[in-house]
Amino acid sequence: MTAPVETQKLARDWISRSNRVRLWEIALWVIAVAAIFLLPSKLLILTEITILAIFALSLDLILGYAGIVSLGHTAFFGLGAYAAGILARDYVSEPVTGLIFAGFISGLFGFATSFLVLRGSDLTRLMTTFGVAMLLAEVANQAAWLTGGADGLSGIMLTPILGLFEFDLFGRNGYVYALVVLAVLTFIARRLVHSPYGLSLKALKLNPRRSAMIGISATRRIVAIYTLSAVYAGMAGALLAQTTSFVSPDVLAFHRSAEVLLVLVIGGTGYLYGGVVGAIIFTLLRDWLSVVTPQYWMFWIGLILIALVLIGRERLTRWPALLNRKATTRAATQLAEEPR
Amino acid sequence: MTHALETRNLSKRFGSLVATNDVSLSVAKGARHALIGPNGAGKTTLINLLTGVLTPSSGQILLEGEDITATPAHHRVGRGLSRTFQINQLFADFTPLEALMLAIGEREGQGSMAWKPLSKNHAIIDEAASLLDRFRLTDALSTPTKLLPYGKQRLLEIALAIAARPRVLLLDEPAAGVPEEERHEVLGIVRALPADVTVVLIEHDMDLVFSFADRISVLVAGGLFKEGTVEEISHDPQVKAIYLGEDA
Repeated sequence: MTAPVETQKLARDWISRSNRVRLWEIALWVIAVAAIFLLPSKLLILTEITILAIFALSLDLILGYAGIVSLGHTAFFGLGAYAAGILARDYVSEPVTGLIFAGFISGLFGFATSFLVLRGSDLTRLMTTFGVAMLLAEVANQAAWLTGGADGLSGIMLTPILGLFEFDLFGRNGYVYALVVLAVLTFIARRLVHSPYGLSLKALKLNPRRSAMIGISATRRIVAIYTLSAVYAGMAGALLAQTTSFVSPDVLAFHRSAEVLLVLVIGGTGYLYGGVVGAIIFTLLRDWLSVVTPQYWMFWIGLILIALVLIGRERLTRWPALLNRKATTRAATQLAEEPR
Repeated sequence: MTHALETRNLSKRFGSLVATNDVSLSVAKGARHALIGPNGAGKTTLINLLTGVLTPSSGQILLEGEDITATPAHHRVGRGLSRTFQINQLFADFTPLEALMLAIGEREGQGSMAWKPLSKNHAIIDEAASLLDRFRLTDALSTPTKLLPYGKQRLLEIALAIAARPRVLLLDEPAAGVPEEERHEVLGIVRALPADVTVVLIEHDMDLVFSFADRISVLVAGGLFKEGTVEEISHDPQVKAIYLGEDA
């Protein structure tokens, strides 16, 4: 048996290690920044990827960490887009103000609807979240005086970001802006999932029954993460409205909820970067397929989705875990063989 | 004197099935109390009622003299009532270290801290480490629970309940499925609990019950059939006929 102090050291080391910034994380950010200079003609699609990544990160917070499935996550995305769009059109045209305002409005709505996902099975949650998004889409469609209805919300004029950086024609500042938002939100999420709170969320996902028996009150924890996730999604929506100066009623459409789920399935859940990886793969794949087979790209996306799920999402997409797995299995085998 | 745990006319009906029938049970502070009875006697149902997994149809539950009948399960833990499950209820992807840190953190009311990294929580890490040592899980510290051998998982099951520092601990067949050579290790850990921790044990293995408990309650068909000291129960002809007869 190991001496107590030795075990403490082992434990502290292991926890620090599991929290450490990985090499591939740094590489990812370096590439994202380098793209500003290396791919100046691709900045619009990179902005699109970044926004989708934020949206998927938002879904990962509830799906990957708290185990809450949603088929209506675009309710928060769309609400954020409209909130930012209307604020810019009628009141304040500074983007960061709009971003925070959109996050606040979506967060408020997330908080108000969080009770719908507290209890019930996955199916209940799928249907209630789906229903909420549908309701909101219809409200936006009917309230044409505010939202522009089916024509969408136009006439958004934005002043420079923080009064300093103007949105340029090539989308350079727009991309930098979205990337900074992604970085800040990822940093916050990273901090959160490596905290005692983050651990308790994963516990609720893994085994709600045991969680109750070690004294975790599920309600507050779920309300909090659902609200935060709504804030994130709202900010992603705001970024879309601001970088395109337009809000289409399409932001609340069902296909967006499905798309973000698909992105996360491709990228993998529960390690924070699934959204980024998924957004890159999905967007590039979609663009490539729509060039190669303009009429059938959905067919291929569908086929890939089926393949992904059949082969096993975990095996195929959780590449960081995959790298660690061999070592872990070896350790377990040794343990099992150890004489008792 | 107030009892550590008490039920008054506790009943639970599932439709027409009476799983717990008018059970009035008192467990003294610091007792080592065993609950025995044939399969289907309602032992696990009783534990589920006590811990708040199920809501009783009628009757009362008192923990250290206070009525907790309507207290939600997760609040009972904070009041000092902790349990293990007959079938392991663990966190498959967590390492034993993470699981124990979770349980200790919740006990200390730190579970909603969202900004402090786990790695900065030295007091919690160190306490988890000492529990790992005590439960012989040190070597398994960083192995996901689902990859651990069953005996180790069983030890973690108990370690998680003890991490809550309970005053009343309910053990639902703690040694079930544990290889023979590890059984005494498990029970040794339970016996080594401080004397002021009240332990209620459900167990099928009579040797274990007789060596561990100071009082025994016999449940039959959901009702409390007999209660007494180990000496009384082991020599009771009716108990022998109903229950021990099946095994012995």
